[in-house]
Parts: sequence; C-alpha cells; structure tokens
Amino acid sequence: MSSKTQNNKAWWLVAPVFIMVAFNALVPLMTVVNYSVQETFGDNVFTWAGVHWFQDVLHSERFHSALLRQLLFSGIVLAIEIPLGLGVALTMPRKGPWVSVCLVLMSLPLLIPWNVVGSMWNIMALPDIGLLAKVINGLGIDYNYTRQPVAAWFTIVLMDVWHWTSLVALLCYAGLVSIPDAYYQAAKVDGAKTWAVFRFIQLPKLKHVLTIAVLLRFMDSFMIYTEVSVLTGGGPGSATTFLSIDLVKIALGQFDLGPAAAMSLIYFMIILFLSWLFYTLMMKNEDA
Amino acid sequence: MQTTSIFDLSWMVWTWPTGIFFIAIFTSIAAMGALEYRSPGGAPRHGAFGLDTTRGDRLFISILGSCFIMLAWVGWASDEIWGGLVVCVLWAFAIFKWV
Repeated sequence: MSSKTQNNKAWWLVAPVFIMVAFNALVPLMTVVNYSVQETFGDNVFTWAGVHWFQDVLHSERFHSALLRQLLFSGIVLAIEIPLGLGVALTMPRKGPWVSVCLVLMSLPLLIPWNVVGSMWNIMALPDIGLLAKVINGLGIDYNYTRQPVAAWFTIVLMDVWHWTSLVALLCYAGLVSIPDAYYQAAKVDGAKTWAVFRFIQLPKLKHVLTIAVLLRFMDSFMIYTEVSVLTGGGPGSATTFLSIDLVKIALGQFDLGPAAAMSLIYFMIILFLSWLFYTLMMKNEDA
Repeated sequence: MQTTSIFDLSWMVWTWPTGIFFIAIFTSIAAMGALEYRSPGGAPRHGAFGLDTTRGDRLFISILGSCFIMLAWVGWASDEIWGGLVVCVLWAFAIFKWV
C-alpha cells in the first residue's frame, strides 16, 4: 500500500506546456499526416492518394541513399564526439581559477548560431581563400570540399565535432563534479589505479549524463540541416545530401507536399525508434 | 477581406481515415490513463527481450511497432491495409501478453 500523498492539482501547472506542445508539435504533425495521404495541385485542392506516397518513398533509391548517409554521419559523429568529450571532461580542472576559463571556452562554440557556424567553416575551408584549405593543401594533400566527396565529408564531420563536442564535455564535466569525494578516497585506500577509478567509479556514475549526451547528439546529428546546407548545400553532387536536406528539396524546392509529408513521417518514426532503442539499451540493467 | 474563424481547420485538410487514426491513438492513450487511475499497474515487469516495461511502455511499443508493421505492409506486401491491421493487432496483443 502506498502512503505517498497524492495531489493531482499539480497537473494544472503542466497545462501550459501541453498547450505549447499541442500547437508547435501536435497540430503540425497532424497536418503532415493529412498531407501524406493526399495529392495537391495547388489552390488548396487536395485529392485522396491513399498509401501511394509511402510506397513511393519506401521504394525510392534516393531516399535509401539519403538515409544511409544520415545514419553514417550520425555514427561517425557519435563515435568521435562521445569519447572525445569524455576525455576533455576528464582533463578539465575541478578547482581553481582555470575552472571558469575552461567552462567559458568550452561553451563558446555552443553559443554560435548554426548558420554562422556553417558560414565560418565555409570561409575557412574554401579552396582559394580558406585557412584550413591552405594548410591542408600546403601539406601536399589535395583538398577541395566543393569537388571531392571525401573532403566534403571530412569538413562536415570536423565542423560538427568542433561545434558539439563541448556539449558532451560539459555534460560529462557536470557529472564528474557531482561524484562525492568519498568514492575517490575509498579508491585511494584500496590502491586503485587511474584506469580502475575511471572504469568502476567515474564511468558508472556518468551513465545518466552519457545517456543524455548520446541521445541529444544522436537526435541533433540525425536532424542536421542548417550547417550542412550552408557549407555544402548537399553537394558535391549528392554526396552530403542527408535526409533533412533531401526533404527540404522535395517539400520546398519541388513543392511535392504528399511525398515530402510521407518522407517526414518515416523520418520521424526512425528517429523515434532509434531514440527509444538507445534509451532502453542504456537504461537496461539500471539496478544491476 | 475574407475573415476566417480560428476554429476553421480546413487548412489542415482533414480526411476521415486520418481523423479516425488520431482518434484511435488518443482514445488508446486516454483509456490507458483511465485504467491506470482506476487500477494502477504498479512497478514495471520483466518480460521478453529482457525489457522492464509498464503498461504505458507496452502501449508505446505497440503503437510504434504497428507504424513500422504498416509501413512494411504497404511497402512490400499489399495495397490493402486490412491485412496489416490484423498483424498490428496481433503484435499489440503479443506485446501486452509477453513483453
């Protein structure tokens, strides 16, 4: 028998959030669902198309390759940013005047708007005037991200790592700071090495923040649009045309509302499923 | 100038099938809420796949799984969605029974 006090009046405090979510997420989502089963020829005339657009998208070679690119990008970004962010957090000072300096420096990339990040890296990496391109070419490596798919991918991954590793680092740092000193003292008494302290104290204690970091970085990288759009515009060719970029091309470029709506829903479902999967896997054996 | 009421939802181009789709989802969530209020489901249980799930989790897995089943059905099985719906109901039953 639970003896917890129940006061359901608190639910009213959440009501504004529900209303907000209804307007900025639910209503647009419903509209997208409605669009996905209809065909329009403009002038707000819609005709029933059934599941036709879904079939089109599911069998579209273009969708498959954009999805593959998107998954690959998220995989690469997670594989670099999570360990790197954790490593940076471990080396950051916990006491003294350098703490604030480090925190401010780490937050700087996070404060820059996405399109500005794209423009910055665009200018940095331009083959004729960019510093990055000059340095790489000076090393004898042929680098031109406007022509070479590998160079374009390299630039985008580098940009994302620069932009978002500090988020992972700051989250991990917050987690590290919250570990009580008693754990470290106990480890010292037992004569634990640095690796053992990391493996059996820090890593388990960071589980929650790492879950949040992985989820945030996965969702963000899977939905990346602005930076890539500014930097490469999906090119060269379609080498960096991720799902989001392809979606905008279909929805706003070609104004094919039906296929774009069907694609958005499939995209949304994939994100929902993968986020649920990550969360479930990382939270599994929580009490073990 | 033509004025429209804020309750004019014609821009959302509702259709009966999509309306029923959302009514079904909201009804299932509301029914789950009502059931939980009348007889709380309690702590998560340990089921198939080694997952610890509450009733709400099982409803979520049922709905999300059904979306994918439907996609696979219309993509590779048939234009008729009713067969897919049967598979979805079986899926939801299995989730609530074993997971």
